[in-house]
Amino acid sequence: MSGSGHKQSSSVGIEVAIRLVEPVSLDVDFAARAGELVALVGPSGGGKSTILRAIAGFEKPVIGRIAVGGQPWFDSERGIFVPPRQRRVGMVFQSYALFPHLSALQNVVEAISARPEADKIELANEYLARVNLKGLGNRHPAQMSGGQRQRVAVARAIAREPDALLLDEPFSAVDKVTRIRLQRELVELRSHLSVPIVLVTHDIEEAARLADRIAVLHEGRILQMATHDQLSRAPVDSSVARLVGIRNIFSGRITEVVHDRQLLNLQWGNSLLEAPYRDGLSAGQAVTWCIPSDGIVVHRRDRPSRGEHENPVFGVVDEVFQFGQTTELTLKVEDPDAHPLHCSVPTHVAARNEIVAGADLGVSLKADMIHIMG
Amino acid sequence: MDWDAFKLSLQLALYTVLLLLPLAILTARWMVTLTARRKAVIEAMLTIPLILPPTVMGFFLLVTMSESQLPGRIWRALFDQTLVFSFEGLLLASIIVNIPFAVQPALRALESIGNDLREAAETCGMSRWHAFKRIELPLAWPGILTGAVLTFAHTLGEFGVVLMVGGNIPGETRTISIAIYDQVQSFDNRSAAIMAAILLAISVLAISITFLLTRKPYVRIRA
Repeated sequence: MSGSGHKQSSSVGIEVAIRLVEPVSLDVDFAARAGELVALVGPSGGGKSTILRAIAGFEKPVIGRIAVGGQPWFDSERGIFVPPRQRRVGMVFQSYALFPHLSALQNVVEAISARPEADKIELANEYLARVNLKGLGNRHPAQMSGGQRQRVAVARAIAREPDALLLDEPFSAVDKVTRIRLQRELVELRSHLSVPIVLVTHDIEEAARLADRIAVLHEGRILQMATHDQLSRAPVDSSVARLVGIRNIFSGRITEVVHDRQLLNLQWGNSLLEAPYRDGLSAGQAVTWCIPSDGIVVHRRDRPSRGEHENPVFGVVDEVFQFGQTTELTLKVEDPDAHPLHCSVPTHVAARNEIVAGADLGVSLKADMIHIMG
Repeated sequence: MDWDAFKLSLQLALYTVLLLLPLAILTARWMVTLTARRKAVIEAMLTIPLILPPTVMGFFLLVTMSESQLPGRIWRALFDQTLVFSFEGLLLASIIVNIPFAVQPALRALESIGNDLREAAETCGMSRWHAFKRIELPLAWPGILTGAVLTFAHTLGEFGVVLMVGGNIPGETRTISIAIYDQVQSFDNRSAAIMAAILLAISVLAISITFLLTRKPYVRIRA
């Protein structure tokens, strides 16, 4: 499923609109459709896990409503609070919270609701097979690797036949190779699940890989909820821009709104830039704007080429960092008040153009990549 | 060798463990849910029998259980016998004196179960009782067992309280510790030495069993 935003009936999915004061101040409102994976991303202490705990029923919001499949689990107005054990929620804890004295199989069996014991065991074996743990059911958590434990936790969560699946930093405790494998398995597993999934992570790249939509959380509020693409192209403010890895965040001033060409003229230091038109901006207005580093094209130093007339900016290379195949560099532009520009080029390009600290360099800021945040 | 006293002590210790243990587990489980401050107050109260000199503790119990006081009179009305200087009275006193020995280890064990496990049990849809039986009790078992062994060993060796509440009635309230004391008083050091050796053996055995059984049967995983 893709995450384009047409409205869905409330009979499926999860709706969360809650306010908490304890243990952290929180005021959020979001929804996830059935089958959709929404990632809550933000710095630690921002209340991400608390949202999951509220959905599971371990925290009681001061006010608000949580509904799953149209059924309220919490509704402060109607005085509804469904206790955690009656909410059909599959939760993968950050610590996995496996029962250490039970085998993997028994851990999963415990989440399966009323059936004859033999059926439970058969089902639990199926769930273990679905997370690629076939034949390991008799192992205890202590006898398993980190990745295997995480799989047991996932199997136990889906064995609950949940109406919502909650994943609290499920990949944080394993090494990178295992993490990528587990992420692939989650993607595969998702295709068979038709419940909303809420993933908490501090890793924006993980969210970008797994989530249909990302809710950026900061100090208990959702700053923006959109696809990763939308977040990186049009972050609402500098916090979101920084979170998605944009380092070129500057202030400037609108000098002219050119309606017939659908563009804005933006004064940045000594440079006059063209930027895409946006409603609600007028000449003379001070703005914050940003551009991702892939929106900056480095000019060839040996001979001029096409495209150099688009928002050209000149300066002196300040720092050069070579990270394997890519080289990142900062460019001190002519205006002494301006912050340096961050750009990255393939390492072989940097070598061919003799890009070293102190070299003069011109770059073009792609007009359609400039985003004015307001 | 006073086999009657030996048998009586074993009976007393066994009944004390059997009656006290369920109460101790429930009390400890209840205490886990309390706020830190309330728990500290309750814990302090339950520790009193450990701090008071046994004779003082025995004196309080003797007075409370006598027929001049309500508990003693209720007992008389119900069973038509005195509570003090009877095996039943001795058992009651023994249970009270052993509260800290049984509750403390159970409490520590239940506390050490991570909250995430209790929450995981809830999200699995387990009822409170099922989660207790299936998750908490097995995980806290080493601590509970330690409490049971401590209570058993301590009851065998209790002297002051037994003498105050039970007196020294052969076959009814004369326990092995009191028998040893009697034998030393009457210069029968040989009998005293045999019984002391038996007590020592039982104590060593009990502690060894605890250590054996409470060896970590699993490893708690912290991600």
